[in-house]
Amino acid sequence: MSKLLGIDVGSTTVKAAVLDGENVIYSSYVRHFSRVKETVLSELEKINAIHPGSYSVAITGSAGLGLSQRSGVAFVQEVQAAFIAIRKFYPATDVAVELGGEDAKIIFVTGGTEQRMNGSCAGGTGAFIDQMATLLNITVGQMDEYALNAKKIYPIASRCGVFAKSDIQPLLNQGASKEDISASIFQAVVDQTVSGLAQGRKIKGRVLFLGGPLFFLKGLRKAFKETLKLSEEDAIFPENAPCFMSIGAALYSANVEAESLENIIAKISAAKGSDDIVTGKPLFESREEYSEFVKRHRATDLNFADIATYSGDCYLGIDSGSTTTKLMAITPDFRILWSHYQSNNGQPLDIVISRLKEFIKLCGGRVKIAGSAVTGYGEDLIKSAIKADFGIVETVAHFKAALHFNPKVDFIIDIGGQDIKCFKIKNGAIDSIMLNEACSSGCGSFIQTFARAMGMEIDKFSQEGLYAKHPVELGSRCTVFMNSAVKQAQKEGAGVDDISAGLSSSIVKNAIYKVIRATSPDELGENIVVQGGTFLNDAVLRSFEIETGKNVIRPGIAGLMGAFGAALFAKENICGESTTLDLDGLEKFTYISQSTNCRGCTSNCNVNIIRFNDGRKYISGNKCERGAGLRPVSSEFDIYAYKQERLLQCLKGSPAKYGRVGLPMQLGMYEQLPIWGGFFESLGFQVVLSEKSSRNLYFKGQHTVASDTACYPAKLIHGHIESLLDEGVDFIFMPCESYNIDEHCSTNHYNCPVVAYYPELLKANNERLTESNFVMPYIDLNMQASTIKKLHTVFKKYGFSKRRIKSALEEGFARLDSYHADIRNKADEILWKAEEAGKQIIVLAGRPYHLDNEINHGINKLLTSLNLAVLSEDSVFEKSEPVKVNVLNQWTYHARLYRAANFVCSRKNVNLVQLVSFGCGLDAITTDEVRSIMEKNGKLYTQIKIDEINNLGVVKIRLRSMLAAIEEASK
Amino acid sequence: MEEIRNYTNEYPKWDKSMKSTHKILVPDMLPWHFMIIEEIMKLAGYDVEVLKNDSRAVIDEGLKRVHNDTCYPCLCVVGQFIDALKSGKYDVNRTALMVPQTGGGCRASNYVSLVRKAIKTEFPNVPVVSFNISGLEKGSSFDISLGFFIKFAYGVLYGDTIMWCYNQTKPYEVTAGAAERTCDKAVKYVVDTIKKGGYRKYKKINKYIIELFAAVERTKEKKVKVGIVGEIYVKYSYIGNNNLEKFLLSENCEPVVPTAVDFLLYCIINVVNDGKLYGHSKFKAFLYNLFYKFVHRIQKNIIKIFKDNGTFEPIHDFEHLRRLADKVLNQGVKMGEGWLIPAEMAAFAETGVPNIVCAQPFGCLPNHIAGKGAIRNLKKLYEDENIVAVDYDPSATRVNQENRIKLMLATAKEQSISEGEYLNSKRA
Repeated sequence: MSKLLGIDVGSTTVKAAVLDGENVIYSSYVRHFSRVKETVLSELEKINAIHPGSYSVAITGSAGLGLSQRSGVAFVQEVQAAFIAIRKFYPATDVAVELGGEDAKIIFVTGGTEQRMNGSCAGGTGAFIDQMATLLNITVGQMDEYALNAKKIYPIASRCGVFAKSDIQPLLNQGASKEDISASIFQAVVDQTVSGLAQGRKIKGRVLFLGGPLFFLKGLRKAFKETLKLSEEDAIFPENAPCFMSIGAALYSANVEAESLENIIAKISAAKGSDDIVTGKPLFESREEYSEFVKRHRATDLNFADIATYSGDCYLGIDSGSTTTKLMAITPDFRILWSHYQSNNGQPLDIVISRLKEFIKLCGGRVKIAGSAVTGYGEDLIKSAIKADFGIVETVAHFKAALHFNPKVDFIIDIGGQDIKCFKIKNGAIDSIMLNEACSSGCGSFIQTFARAMGMEIDKFSQEGLYAKHPVELGSRCTVFMNSAVKQAQKEGAGVDDISAGLSSSIVKNAIYKVIRATSPDELGENIVVQGGTFLNDAVLRSFEIETGKNVIRPGIAGLMGAFGAALFAKENICGESTTLDLDGLEKFTYISQSTNCRGCTSNCNVNIIRFNDGRKYISGNKCERGAGLRPVSSEFDIYAYKQERLLQCLKGSPAKYGRVGLPMQLGMYEQLPIWGGFFESLGFQVVLSEKSSRNLYFKGQHTVASDTACYPAKLIHGHIESLLDEGVDFIFMPCESYNIDEHCSTNHYNCPVVAYYPELLKANNERLTESNFVMPYIDLNMQASTIKKLHTVFKKYGFSKRRIKSALEEGFARLDSYHADIRNKADEILWKAEEAGKQIIVLAGRPYHLDNEINHGINKLLTSLNLAVLSEDSVFEKSEPVKVNVLNQWTYHARLYRAANFVCSRKNVNLVQLVSFGCGLDAITTDEVRSIMEKNGKLYTQIKIDEINNLGVVKIRLRSMLAAIEEASK
Repeated sequence: MEEIRNYTNEYPKWDKSMKSTHKILVPDMLPWHFMIIEEIMKLAGYDVEVLKNDSRAVIDEGLKRVHNDTCYPCLCVVGQFIDALKSGKYDVNRTALMVPQTGGGCRASNYVSLVRKAIKTEFPNVPVVSFNISGLEKGSSFDISLGFFIKFAYGVLYGDTIMWCYNQTKPYEVTAGAAERTCDKAVKYVVDTIKKGGYRKYKKINKYIIELFAAVERTKEKKVKVGIVGEIYVKYSYIGNNNLEKFLLSENCEPVVPTAVDFLLYCIINVVNDGKLYGHSKFKAFLYNLFYKFVHRIQKNIIKIFKDNGTFEPIHDFEHLRRLADKVLNQGVKMGEGWLIPAEMAAFAETGVPNIVCAQPFGCLPNHIAGKGAIRNLKKLYEDENIVAVDYDPSATRVNQENRIKLMLATAKEQSISEGEYLNSKRA
């Protein structure tokens, strides 16, 4: 009888299994480094050498489809392959969880067969772990060992790699241990699988774990077992887990006609790459063209001073970036005395200290540090550790540096490891700043991760791209999408060189069209300076020049511009002696890092305390001053703080004569609490509010989230519902409202679809909700008669008269009116007081539910700590006349935004920061319109995107850049 | 009266006189229906052209000009316009762009202003015309009389019948290309009849189309039926859904696409529902209800023609869809495609279409609730229904989408035996 052969071609690996009857007599697992066909062929040759003969063959796997189509070898979908193998070898399985290179799947075997795959946004899993390992600069194996020794778990966004990175980076910079971070990453993968894939269906019974990562990583196994609360017997990790799909494919192949292995090999060898992928032009036509290009860019290199002989003053600049640390010392005549660039390996402080010691020793006592400045993510920490003279916001540092190379510069783009920053310069000042949103990150470290996945160093990988004949078009969006675009290209047979060139061009397009959102390259400006480590990659630089059709300046120190700018800043601004630690101070310098929970308030933030040897301490991770051991800034200039308090005062307390009603404090309830609080209290219900929002509350409801691309406020409400159910209220009230209250300044007055109908989704996806404990009438509050009628019917069993309903509703509206009036008055008071105190005022404009500190991550407090007064859109919009805008103005909350923007433009000392929830489709429209209102009035527009991730570091840079720009403009 | 601060940009407006001077470009939103509606509009004296450009350049132009977070259909529509205007085929001083607008609470209502913004710098003289019946864009919209709207509705109905018959013929045709040839014949017949002023003769026309397709020789093979529901653009447009219908055909499936008149009826009945739910204008609700009844009666008659002929599964009855929607969620969910999505899914489950692709643009707001959010409820009602939600997006790759659909089909094959039993039990 002929043997059975299954080949599983995944996104990163090729797995093969040979079955003789039911016995697996051969199996293998190798990485293919995107050389799919070659790897498969070499595996087949191996098999042919050991077990020659005739075979039935089937291919499976995400990258196997194309190969199968072109070679004519049978194909079986990978989940189906898994299914066949499960039935054969583990018939008692209830659920199978499989993590692959880029796919995650769950197969529910019993209780209604169902198969789920990760959504297109859910990021890879194996690839995700690889990416995180690269970030930590360790191997996946090391990460696994670390994870087993973890002491605590940090919350890390699990939805996609980009978000997770933003969560991990601050942890690294704050000195959290690799053990804890490693375990947290595994936990994030588990959370993603449980919430993102299972979506409300419980993973229970006997669970089979499949795929490479789950086989090789003990830490990941542990995390799964503990999270799902599985016993030893119920968590099954088969010996052949990595090759499981290929075994399934082999079993499937029993239906396929057998032929000799030579035949199969011939078929696969003959398979051609198809023409289905879109390709672009080569970056360079010839080597001459390339050397011309190199020569042109050499012209902007700085001169060097010889550190072995130089004596005199120097200025030190340090750029403590997200993934790398850059140091530079310059002479007063702008020569480079010394510079250093290194990946910070999660230990930026250690690196700075040891490199500085080296530097000072090299100077041999001839050089004096006359001034120093620190910029970047690690600014605060490094500045206080080495007692640097200045800390400056990185945008300012980059601008200073660019000016040095071209005094006429009008556009700067910096692509670093983690961020893209662009500034437009007008009249010698930063006019607008664009930073990448959490979604289009990727940038430099993405290429690096990719190069490693292909088994190459970054330099070699980008060199490969220079002469690629057919660079692949990979689209321009977030890295997760690029990953699958690459997968497609590989499937179609694109080579490493084409992919490398394609990635370079993607990054450039991403920057131009997505971050800058230019409609044509001409919008960028005439004198462009490009910088950031990523531009040292010639393929990226060339792609940028091709896309913009312009020759740009890339300084030789493109990767060190932040440090250079900081040094320049120190030189310009120092007066008196520098306070920078000397060699003696550095030698003695030690620190202890300790992570703890702040007990300043009920938030219990994770904070990291670093104690220096001289007794000073540095605290990070805190959301407010209290965590830093300081007295909180008074909230008298903060309308968010006022509103939070005032909103709750809309409840006056009532005995539970008719029972207890639960109101979930999220979405529309942030606006309508006064109405419903007043309504129910005057009817004789006790009103119970859901628990205060927190990350933990979100996790509590995560398993009922049906659509993981909805906004965070929507996803958070699942937790609020759970908390009310646990509280044992008689019923939860959450109306469906297509129409919001008409404030008579827009064409229509809708709610957004999510606010309007979310109760439907909650009810459909939470088993605990029933007709009787979840009341969600459809009402239009503008129509009093029909609202009263509807509420009268809904609460029939209590026997309220219509008149009583009417007066209760009137009480509700009265409370809403007085709430609004108080907010307006408070806004007037803040405006007046701020003017008196000479403070700048920021209107932090979003939606009513952005009041929640878990949603806004305490940005209002951050603003007040920067000595600003804070107002909200709903407190000022009525001060503006109605506005007419270009877009269809038909949502109540959005109409407020336009008017608030118009108000801001009428005042000199008021600026606007728009808060946008990630995934809010309507804000794709409002942000552009608000921006255009601001720009028409010559005001700066700043937008902050917020999600479940809490990364105030980035927000702070943005706000400080804005303040610097406002200050420049007012000079 | 309070003063209004005007922030609107100047843009060229459509006025009636342009009817004789301007060519009107229409995005290919409903490929089947626009074949006929194009002719209806030409007969009314408009020089219209439904765009057929679908290269990658369409998506790239859209990507460059539309906000990252705006939905995919908007990007496709803008891309198709820009690509066409750039092609040099049209005199940009004598060309207008037409965009349909529903005025619902979904961002699709803003396509008009987004298109305007996208063409502003490069094509400042091209007016954007809104096609709506809600009284939006007063300065620059088509003057749609009731008579014209009724003609439009007939056009949709005829497009539906052709699409519905084609999809049931194509997978089974014995002679390759027979279904396409029949389709061409059917379109020609409809257009000729309309030209002769017989657009109201729907009974005759439908009977003719059905018989035409019924005459095509078909195999007795049993194929897996896959229904397509979702956001209106990605549901119908091959640009939006990466040629989903073709892909399903190549996978040896029968694609089942619900009729577009359902969406029309959905929009109309929502006004009636608003009257019932919230007590909005009774008069408006009354008028809309009249129109609803008019179209629905036609639909009922068409169903009868299908049944009398007996060759094809008849189209869905909209009243039945409404009753099905009530099982899953309230008809108050009216933004985007709202309650129509679960209603169509339930209708598939009840008419022997065991597999459903729920297509939506990435991050589509109404779909969070009515699509993905409702699937759990549907699975409770129809345990054996395979539903896969697929996101469409400029960068979501075809391999990813197709892999998901293939996964569903693999499940379908697993279930094929029990499915047979299920169907038998249904019939019994």
